[in-house]
Amino acid sequence: MAATPTQGHTFGDRMPRKEDGRFIRGKGKYVDDVRLPGMLHSAIVRSPFAHAKINNVDVSAALELEGVHAVITGADLEAQGLAWMPTLAGDTQAVLATDKVRFQGQEVAFVVANDRYIAQDALELIDVDYEPLGTVIDSRKALDEDAPVIRDDKEGQEDNSIFFWDAGDKEATEKAFQEAEVTVRQEMFYPRNHPAPMETCGAVADYDVSTGEMTIYMTSQAPHAHRTLFSMVSGLPEHQIRIISPDIGGGFGNKVPIYPGYVCAAAASLILNRPVKWMESRSENLMSTSFARDYHMVGEIAATRDGEILGVRSEIIADHGAFNAHAQPGYEWPTGFFPIFTSCYDVPAAYAEATGVYSNKAPGGIAYRCSFRVTEAIYLMERTMDVLADELGMDPVELRRKNFIKKEQMPYLSIMGWEYDGGDYDAGLDEALRIAGYEELLEEQRKAREEGRLMGIGFSTFTEIVGAGPGKKCHIAGIEMFDAAELRLHPTGKAILKLGVKSQGQGHETTFAQIVAGELGIPAENVEVREGDTDNTPFGLGTYGSRSTPVCGAATAMVSRKIREKAKKIAAHMLEAAEGDLEWTGDRFQVKGSPDQSMNMEEISFAAYTNVPEGEEAGLESVTYYDPPEMTYPFGAYICIVEIDRGTGQVEVKRFIAVDDCGVRINPMVIEGQMHGGLASGIGTALMEVIEFDEEGNHLNSSFMDYLMLTSTEAPKYELGEIVTPSTHHPLGARGVAESPTVGAPPAVVNAVVDALSPYGVRHVDMPLTPSRTWSILREHGVEA
Amino acid sequence: MRMQVNVNGELREADVEPRLLLVHFIRDHLGLTGTHWGCDTSNCGACTVHLDGEPVKSCTVLAVRTDGHEVTTIEGIWSGTELTPVQEGFHQEHGLQCGFCTPGMIMTGTEFLERNPNPTEREIREAISGNLCRCTGYENIVKAIQWAANNTVREEVGA
Repeated sequence: MAATPTQGHTFGDRMPRKEDGRFIRGKGKYVDDVRLPGMLHSAIVRSPFAHAKINNVDVSAALELEGVHAVITGADLEAQGLAWMPTLAGDTQAVLATDKVRFQGQEVAFVVANDRYIAQDALELIDVDYEPLGTVIDSRKALDEDAPVIRDDKEGQEDNSIFFWDAGDKEATEKAFQEAEVTVRQEMFYPRNHPAPMETCGAVADYDVSTGEMTIYMTSQAPHAHRTLFSMVSGLPEHQIRIISPDIGGGFGNKVPIYPGYVCAAAASLILNRPVKWMESRSENLMSTSFARDYHMVGEIAATRDGEILGVRSEIIADHGAFNAHAQPGYEWPTGFFPIFTSCYDVPAAYAEATGVYSNKAPGGIAYRCSFRVTEAIYLMERTMDVLADELGMDPVELRRKNFIKKEQMPYLSIMGWEYDGGDYDAGLDEALRIAGYEELLEEQRKAREEGRLMGIGFSTFTEIVGAGPGKKCHIAGIEMFDAAELRLHPTGKAILKLGVKSQGQGHETTFAQIVAGELGIPAENVEVREGDTDNTPFGLGTYGSRSTPVCGAATAMVSRKIREKAKKIAAHMLEAAEGDLEWTGDRFQVKGSPDQSMNMEEISFAAYTNVPEGEEAGLESVTYYDPPEMTYPFGAYICIVEIDRGTGQVEVKRFIAVDDCGVRINPMVIEGQMHGGLASGIGTALMEVIEFDEEGNHLNSSFMDYLMLTSTEAPKYELGEIVTPSTHHPLGARGVAESPTVGAPPAVVNAVVDALSPYGVRHVDMPLTPSRTWSILREHGVEA
Repeated sequence: MRMQVNVNGELREADVEPRLLLVHFIRDHLGLTGTHWGCDTSNCGACTVHLDGEPVKSCTVLAVRTDGHEVTTIEGIWSGTELTPVQEGFHQEHGLQCGFCTPGMIMTGTEFLERNPNPTEREIREAISGNLCRCTGYENIVKAIQWAANNTVREEVGA
């Protein structure tokens, strides 16, 4: 391993990651690596139909197969009252189907066998009698009078409507549109896609009948919340449930919901009194676990002739699939944080409305590498901004700049009610333009057009909103979205930090150690970080929506400061000085004016266990539950340069410039890595990632041969830039970061492609910009190869 | 079927079903869990191992196909005390995040550098294009392999 500085690493350093050692040796421990004595394996019978009545499920032949231990059906679960489970959105979802199947790939029966091959064999022996029904695939037709009712299990449900939601000032916005000199309107579709982490979802449930304890190793981004939900659903007492989320092979939102497979593994372990493993295949992951996006949207802007925005309006049809399993910070947010759609612009009037509908598709949706529905909101705004620029004949840079919230307006209260925690959008855009060399780019584009090459330059300037809580606004099943950190210094000055969040690759074992290092003046190498085991960490709400740094990072800073306060008392006692006479130098307390009279944290830690002042408890340990006063608002300015092949329609991303402000940076190396990954997801979303269905509801992208993600040859070399305006309320001045690029990149790519095609009259193209789609547009607009 | 295979320098014997996939043999029968199972369709490369020195995707190789051959996995690629330059490069250049694709990437990168010790960036990108990563956006993986190329002591160097 690399030589480390003698003083060790601290806050702000490009510290190589502490967790790398096990992964580069193949010693990571993921759920599928868990092997327990007597452990059985499982497989799930899944529906081949998108919508069908179940007449009968015959499992008798499967039960006769040697090596099969049990087959659990919906009827079996129904007898225990467990056939249905609540979703995070307050709806219900079938664990195993009883009455009907409602999407292709839905769970019908659960087979437990000696190994995964026998379990798969048994699936072939299970005979399900289906009676196919009509389907609802296009969400825009879900509320048609003749549309089959998908959720006839719900009393009083007579159509496919889930919710109607609106926000903002409808009348004021209407007035703005009536009086405006210019209005634009653009319909757009943000297609369904999937987080597709490299590790699929899975669990090993281990029920011990002798103690009554249920241990579940689980691919969970939120182990504490999942323990509480498991307890509520199963009736098992919470103190006897232990969720262990070991190494997680990427989450991106996919591992936030509770899936039927987890519940079935637990039920099977209870029934058989043996450990039971459930591990999805890739096609099961893509077909049945939570999708993202799937918003049909209309974006409208009212403006003056010279480009001043007067009002913004949007209308959404939200497809939530067969069960409303939308992951969001509370039932009050059916469209998540979509109300952030006025973004970084000073908008005087805004209104949005959404209709949520059921369809015969997999349930969801979750926020794939983004804060709740922010990707959709920013895509809508940034796409519509370019349509407005086109209408006005104005440079898209000039239009954006004209409408930016100015840094003097910070902290800014948006018309939609958000209070932004600082930001300097002009500075971000300036830096992006500087890196890109905008003037030269325009010249290059002029030449390219003369030569008949299709070169486009696309912009995206935006704010994110990440870090839910505050607890009064955001919750999971009523549990407020605080987070927790527990810190102990051992007698030798080494520390253990336990967190309520859970890394899925974000590097918490390094960056959270760096926070403690910065606060206590000890090397980050001396801080061990523990997460994921509900028995050994304080209650927290988990990692998604870029909330780890904003919430748990703040908790870590605050708990370190509590420790420092107690350390001060001990130092005063040891140095025989009044507390008021001590000062903190960054790594020690010293008597003011007497640098030779001092104690560092190592010395103080030893004293905390060996020479405790009278009236103080021994030890140096504390816990903090931190409820943030607001969310954090990281922001970015992105520029994408593309070239389209006139013959094939292939879009090549030639350059991608991303300037981000995530506040104060804990580990710049880790942040850059997060940016790279988010950009790859965002560019992939724009170009190729999509889940589509045929009219019968057949899933058309159920393997990595059809669900395309960016590979190393398609990924551009990212050109990153940064500006730092500290968060006004976070104790470290930090904001979340890893999702901004997934939010900001898709509109930049699409805007670049539209820019390349604008001389031919193209104003909008829906994602994904696959060669076949772009090729068709080229031909439709008379562009010849 | 009876089979004999040299895995990481050790002769292993087993009686397996003909349909058993190499990835499951390595993971479930030998307990070498550093080789990961990511897709089933040989698209993702998380299961990449060396078969007689060549990288293969072990999710689409039958275990019995390796009878009488040599298999190397991530666990066998290093000495147990000294990391290889490729492993070290991944650490130095932040070439991994969740770590799930990492063993496959290291196996692919290692064999590639044996064939091409001084690659260009484009050549590295081509070489790893059959291995998917969802976390890093590939840039630091490319740098990691470049780091290994720059930090490999070869006998011919300086000769």
